[in-house]
Amino acid sequence: MLDFAEVSGQHVVKRACETAVSGMHNLLLIGPPGAGKTMIAKRIPTILPDLDDREQMELTKIYSVSGNLVEQNGLIKRRPFRAPHHTVSPHGLAGGGVLPKPGEISLAHKGVLFLDELPEFSPNTLEILRQPMEEKRVRLVRLQGTYEYPADFMLVAAMNPCRCGYYPDMQRCRCSQSAIERYLGRISQPLIDRIDICVEAAALAFRALNGAAKEECSADIRRRVVQAHEIQRERYREETFCYNSQIPAARIREYCGLSGEQEARMERLYTSLGLTARTYHKILKVARTLADMDGEDKIGDCHLNEAVCYRSLDKKFWERP
Amino acid sequence: MYRTVRIMEGKDVVIGMNYAYWFANVPGLTNRTRLRISSAVSAEELFFLSEGSLAKLAGVTPEQAGRIAESRARPVDAGYHAMCAQGISFVSLEDESYPKKLRQIPDPPYGIYVRGPLPESGRPAVAVVGARMCSEYGRHAASELGRKLAAYGICVVSGMARGIDAAGHQGAADADGITCAVLGCGVDICYPKSNRELYGRILERGCVLSEYPPGTPPAAAHFPARNRIIAGLCDMTVVVEARLRSGSLITADCALEQGRDVYAVPGSIYDPLSAGCNDLIRQGAGMISDLDDFAAGIVSHGNDMCNKKEPEKILLEKEERLVYSCVDLRPKSMEEILSESGIKLRRLQQILSVLQQKGVIAEIFKNCYIRRN
Repeated sequence: MLDFAEVSGQHVVKRACETAVSGMHNLLLIGPPGAGKTMIAKRIPTILPDLDDREQMELTKIYSVSGNLVEQNGLIKRRPFRAPHHTVSPHGLAGGGVLPKPGEISLAHKGVLFLDELPEFSPNTLEILRQPMEEKRVRLVRLQGTYEYPADFMLVAAMNPCRCGYYPDMQRCRCSQSAIERYLGRISQPLIDRIDICVEAAALAFRALNGAAKEECSADIRRRVVQAHEIQRERYREETFCYNSQIPAARIREYCGLSGEQEARMERLYTSLGLTARTYHKILKVARTLADMDGEDKIGDCHLNEAVCYRSLDKKFWERP
Repeated sequence: MYRTVRIMEGKDVVIGMNYAYWFANVPGLTNRTRLRISSAVSAEELFFLSEGSLAKLAGVTPEQAGRIAESRARPVDAGYHAMCAQGISFVSLEDESYPKKLRQIPDPPYGIYVRGPLPESGRPAVAVVGARMCSEYGRHAASELGRKLAAYGICVVSGMARGIDAAGHQGAADADGITCAVLGCGVDICYPKSNRELYGRILERGCVLSEYPPGTPPAAAHFPARNRIIAGLCDMTVVVEARLRSGSLITADCALEQGRDVYAVPGSIYDPLSAGCNDLIRQGAGMISDLDDFAAGIVSHGNDMCNKKEPEKILLEKEERLVYSCVDLRPKSMEEILSESGIKLRRLQQILSVLQQKGVIAEIFKNCYIRRN
């Protein structure tokens, strides 16, 4: 059984994972090779709450249709973790074929879709994700008819900052400026905009790797996540959406209200950081999740601070004059 | 044949012909050839020289003579006027306004294309050059150097390349000083494109110039040649950050050939990015250990000095100071700062946010922080 306790250090990333899972936000891990991005991503399903009966049925049906079901094991009990290689075709990802079978996004329903080495995916393939990420389902139109598969997944992506992986460490990074821009230009802006939380997975210092500090186990983290989900279920009882990440723009003011002072501070940050409406809303939604994790009703300054630290990637990080 | 027209005896009507411009644009001649020819005859004389005399010119091959003769039939007026309309002027060795310092080098460019006012010859000028892929230390030093030089009224000259060059120009522009960019392409082309804004800022008080006619695209071979002009326009050259085989060392070599001084900014002996500079110092280049002293030392009496503001003391609380001490000019990730400072994650995020607001640190990459002075 995989467990978060097996990962040494990386407290910032672990905290970001817990936040992402608590509000079902999409997550991007960026950092040099060997830092533990894939290792941590694989352990995310262990902190997701268990599937309830309805979800188990739904998932089992999808796996049965796709021919992935193992007879003896009966209903699928564990959250799926799908990690397609970056050479996956658009059909493989979204579903399709002559007789449309579910693609990776459906096989990751109620679980995690992990895209490692994000810039290596073909832009066409990544474009496929946009619609399902908004509608939580994918519609495949064929001559015989229209097939619809559910695709309510949490996207986790990992990438290196540049080809060699060491940017912005100028002593180790040997990439030219245009190589760096080209590498990151492969990820379209709309996709970057869809990522709610972005965090750096730094290279581990030896001390952290061999530290005696006791790491938290997945069970403890999951307990907190379940509590956060409970709060959201209660709050959005009457709504069409279930999680903080899904709050529509019209309802942001209602659920993520800020005090006058906080608004003034955010206004200053809005200009100084060059935020857009979308990134701003995402920050508020993540702040809402952080407040829920603390059991707080109102969003506090510390929650806003943390959310700003997690804000989405900015292309200007790569544009150095 | 293309000629100036004499409408009346004794009264020349020159149809706005710039002979030097024509000569500079005769294809197939190198700069050295042009220098050789211009030391014997002026461009105007050359234009009206007979075929026979052309062939007899010292050091001119028959092929070159043929090219000169051919090009006389092709009018360059339109091109010249179009260029002037764009605000680009052409200055040749025959003009008074050709920069004196540049005239003195072993192989000055026969003609230069300039956009904006050329710096006055009386004004001291310093070249600030270095690596394109520089570290924050280098960028910061170059920017500060540009700022201090400009504050003392010294013209900052560089190549407008990414990295050190851009930082030097920016520092000078920030101090409302005069800065001059020498390009390896036509002056109407902004290379690299990302320096569009910088190009505009340079033109506010300074100039952009090039040996190559407008419209010439940048090419690798142009850059060593343009480096000699950068050094040639200045009293001295400063290399801020360079690896052992950096192109900016070529600029230092040119300065030495031209009999000008070379200075370098030292760096960590462990940093390959400073190895070139440290090596220059080992070979005898001047070392800059204090930017202000350096800039002040260049200024002779009678130059403007600007009143320097004392930097405001920024007050930091105890924990803020602890976090600030963990941050330096090499980018550090939040994780590193977390383990070094021992502060809890949420408190750390709060402090980092406050320090950013106070302007003492900056986030140059996702969750990577550096110190700002």
